Amino acid sequence: MGKSREAHAGAVSALITFGLRALPFLAVSGSRKMPASLERLGRALPSAIMAVLIIYCMKDIPTGGISAAVPKLLAAAVVFITYKWKHQTLVSILLGTISYMMLLRLF
Amino acid sequence: MKRFSSTTLKTAFVKSIPIFCSYVFVSMAYGMMMASAGFPWYDSLLVSLTVYTGAFQFVLITFLSSGASLITIALTALLMNSRQSFYSITFLKEFKQMGRRKLYMIHTMTDETYAVNCTLDLPKKEKEDTMFLVALFSRCYWIVGSVLGGILGQIIPFDLTGLDFCMTALFFVIFIDQWEKAEKHTLALSPL
Repeated sequence: MGKSREAHAGAVSALITFGLRALPFLAVSGSRKMPASLERLGRALPSAIMAVLIIYCMKDIPTGGISAAVPKLLAAAVVFITYKWKHQTLVSILLGTISYMMLLRLF
Repeated sequence: MKRFSSTTLKTAFVKSIPIFCSYVFVSMAYGMMMASAGFPWYDSLLVSLTVYTGAFQFVLITFLSSGASLITIALTALLMNSRQSFYSITFLKEFKQMGRRKLYMIHTMTDETYAVNCTLDLPKKEKEDTMFLVALFSRCYWIVGSVLGGILGQIIPFDLTGLDFCMTALFFVIFIDQWEKAEKHTLALSPL
């Protein structure tokens, strides 16, 4: 893959990301009020998207067999349990990732 | 830095500590993964400077090394980052009043800075300064981590299989947070 293609990919990503962050400022200009339905959607969407991202990360479990499924499920359980227990983002990410990397080499 | 009071600087730094912890770790992982995919540290720096969005930057590594089409990259960026449009909604009024800083505030809107800036309960001037500093500090953590990870990844050939799980873990943590918040919303609204 050539350097210019990479640069294009980076530029497209940067523009779209900025555009999405700026979108509400363009859409709701002046004193126009936000529709209530849009506000409700704004509250519901982040967790829905996070769920989609989690499913995306777990997508190899059904097809990958035990060697893929066991480390992922156990590491996910580590993240869930430690986070519910301490609510420390870094600790849960660290413990989950370490256990995943170790489990991958065991199974 | 003269125009920020030391109290504001301190508040912003303390508020940004959780972001520091997760950003340095995740962005170092990002830099290392870029290095193991064959991209030097300055490529990581460039992407972190311009794109600056956690999860999608990881996906972008796969896209860059597999030679995915621009359409695929654009569509995925749209889908993965559309949630951040809704973050801006919360701060429509505040950012508009921040003059020259507005564009910077829009560019630096991430899951984490959004969450932290939502918790600020300060008078207008202090709030604006603190939000700006939280955004600035967070972006620095992310950039420094990306470069460090990129350099380390180039020097030491780590076996990094599985390191990408930190992204999955981050999604889990954010999801649990959102879930817990949503439950409180339902409870708070149920009398209505």
